[in-house]
Amino acid sequence: MDFTYDDEQQALREAVRGLLATAYADHDARRRTVAEEPGFDRALWGRLAEMGVLGLPFAEEHGGVGAGPVEIGIVCQELGRVLAPEPYLASVVHAGGLVAALGSPEQKADLLGRLSAGEVVLAAADTSPGGRWASRADGVRASVSGDAWTLDGVADPVVAGESADVIIVTAALPDDGGTGVFVVDAADVERTGYATADLTRAASVRFTGSAATPLGAPGRDLAPSIATISDLTRIMGANQALGVMQSQVRATSDYLKSRKQFGVTLNTFQALTFRAADMYVSLELAHSMVDWATMTIAGGDRGVVAEAADRVGLQVSRAGRHIGQEAIQLHGGIGMTAEYAVGVGTAHLEVLDQWLGNAPHHLSRLAGRVTDHELVEAL
Amino acid sequence: MQLELSPADAEFRARMREFFTTKVPQEIRDTVLEGRHLTRDQIVESQRVLNAEGLAVPHWPTEWGGQDWTDLQRHLWHEEMQRAGVPIPLAFNASMIGPVIAQFGTEEQKKRFLPDTANLDIWWSQGFSEPDAGSDLASLRTTAVRDGDDWVVNGQKTWTTLGQHGDWIFTLVRTDPEVKKQAGISMLLIDMTTPGVEVRPIELIDGGHEVNEVWFTDVRVPGDLLVGEPGQGWTIAKFLLGNERVGVAPVGATKRALASLKTTAAAQMDDPMVRARVAELENQLLALELTALRVVAHSAGGEPHPASSVLKLRGTELQQAVSELALDLAGPASLASRADEDSPQDGWARRSAPTYLNLRKASIYGGSNEIQRQIISRTILGL
Repeated sequence: MDFTYDDEQQALREAVRGLLATAYADHDARRRTVAEEPGFDRALWGRLAEMGVLGLPFAEEHGGVGAGPVEIGIVCQELGRVLAPEPYLASVVHAGGLVAALGSPEQKADLLGRLSAGEVVLAAADTSPGGRWASRADGVRASVSGDAWTLDGVADPVVAGESADVIIVTAALPDDGGTGVFVVDAADVERTGYATADLTRAASVRFTGSAATPLGAPGRDLAPSIATISDLTRIMGANQALGVMQSQVRATSDYLKSRKQFGVTLNTFQALTFRAADMYVSLELAHSMVDWATMTIAGGDRGVVAEAADRVGLQVSRAGRHIGQEAIQLHGGIGMTAEYAVGVGTAHLEVLDQWLGNAPHHLSRLAGRVTDHELVEAL
Repeated sequence: MQLELSPADAEFRARMREFFTTKVPQEIRDTVLEGRHLTRDQIVESQRVLNAEGLAVPHWPTEWGGQDWTDLQRHLWHEEMQRAGVPIPLAFNASMIGPVIAQFGTEEQKKRFLPDTANLDIWWSQGFSEPDAGSDLASLRTTAVRDGDDWVVNGQKTWTTLGQHGDWIFTLVRTDPEVKKQAGISMLLIDMTTPGVEVRPIELIDGGHEVNEVWFTDVRVPGDLLVGEPGQGWTIAKFLLGNERVGVAPVGATKRALASLKTTAAAQMDDPMVRARVAELENQLLALELTALRVVAHSAGGEPHPASSVLKLRGTELQQAVSELALDLAGPASLASRADEDSPQDGWARRSAPTYLNLRKASIYGGSNEIQRQIISRTILGL
């Protein structure tokens, strides 16, 4: 049992942190980037590709690096630290994850190769308007005529759907055949982009007889695999949230030490320092659960990963509410402003949770299984 | 990063589990698992079983019965004991005065006290807190005045846990009133049968007699019972209180208590509200356990991991939260807490109210949770 990074993992962290610092040295840089199309820094995306970060999860034969979940988690944490708007989670982890799990060898070589090289952005469309976190599609329907598949319906929100070149879509198969996964060229859909609360981008995507290629063999119910990729994305989203929360706790401590009121710095007031201490407690407990959930992935057991996703989802959602709210409160008015990172971080934590699975959702699933075991085993 | 225990550690854990579940008397383990009170004899018997196997004081120096284990192994030892319902070796002996004497004591003191301390042939009590010295321990006023080779002690200690069983008491006393308050404190070992020592019970809100006042009136203590140097008491006390990285949070015991509620209150486990509460607590306990593992895995041979300060704070909160759940599940049956043994109410339900009340202590003793927040905000966040 080991909770430490090895030298190569440490080096990866330093390299990614260094690269991100060139693009997002301060929050102003992020503000400028999200204010302009496409809502992230294409040059930075290209440098992430050159560094091998975009291909990190994928096999070398498909143009990737073949790294493990710990490495991907490190990247997500670093992106979270600076609130990077790059669609890594949506494009590489989620959509790329679906392709890597379900695609034919040719599809993997093509899509993952171009994704790893930074030549395309992928997005995963798996949620219908008003829908929640289900692996069974209901907003988009697939039809087949001969060998030709088409899709009809609406997916929303599709994170990174506005800038995506290729959309990976979950759709209901004909004759109650379950849920299939399809590759759709973004040129064949109607898209309406919008900014989310944290000023990253999502889209409403309408499919109207849109030409679609089944991912892998056609006509199979892929709901279990879709659920597993969502679970993996949830765990990586928790890594990203951890990075956000680490920045917020640090920023709040720094602020309490520098901001003066009544002629003294705020850390003179125990009412405030105790609340900062409680933020640290929430942060470290979440950190432990994130490390644990990330490590469970390597075992390759689908049920274990689903369990870990629920547990880390619940823990990080609770911690995010606590830390995100207190970070704003302890900053006071400045924490409410768009020009200051701390409050935007709180918005980002909410977007991650509501996109990937919030606390009541995960708690409900855990509560359903609570009498299936005597004790929760950590190891 | 790797989740699995190494084969050697997995084998170690299996060995601990085997020993604890087969060699410690079942009646003692059942008493712990059901949350009933242990007698003095049961606590002594259990510790002697462990000591005979070298499992009572593994963290002591090897020449005095220690095992030279890693922090992770000690963590596994500690968790497996709790899981099996084995009483943790008496903290005053195993975690407090033993390591102090091993570190600061004379050879004479080590030979005289350590073997008997490990085997619980001597039952130690702790004489630190006073009526006006709680969190501000350095303000203590019990005095020890030199008289020839002896010290003469006067004053009052309080909150002395299980002092009614005590053979000896390790005390912090003021030996020099002229210097800065921390610098005038020394540690004295006092035989509780010495004339002038009086133990008076304090009744607590749970109806139990767990803590005591200990009064000292012209108690004469031989000079060779001072530990370390005169004036070194504060340093020793900090060593004693900061000594532990393993077992700071009672994770295993709290997990056990929660798990047993699922069985004892099975009738209520269909209620979605109850299920959600159990699930939330299980998750929080997992996060705490993983944090404890991170701390032990990181701190081998070096500084303790900063997250260790989280353990006491959160560990006691969760211990209390599980006791609240038990009380809520017991409901009206909990009113029978002081009824006779032939009460028709279930034992666990009858014990739930006193246990809930008793565990309010957990966030007060051993450095209150406010002190823990102070430590986190000052030493970790630099506030």
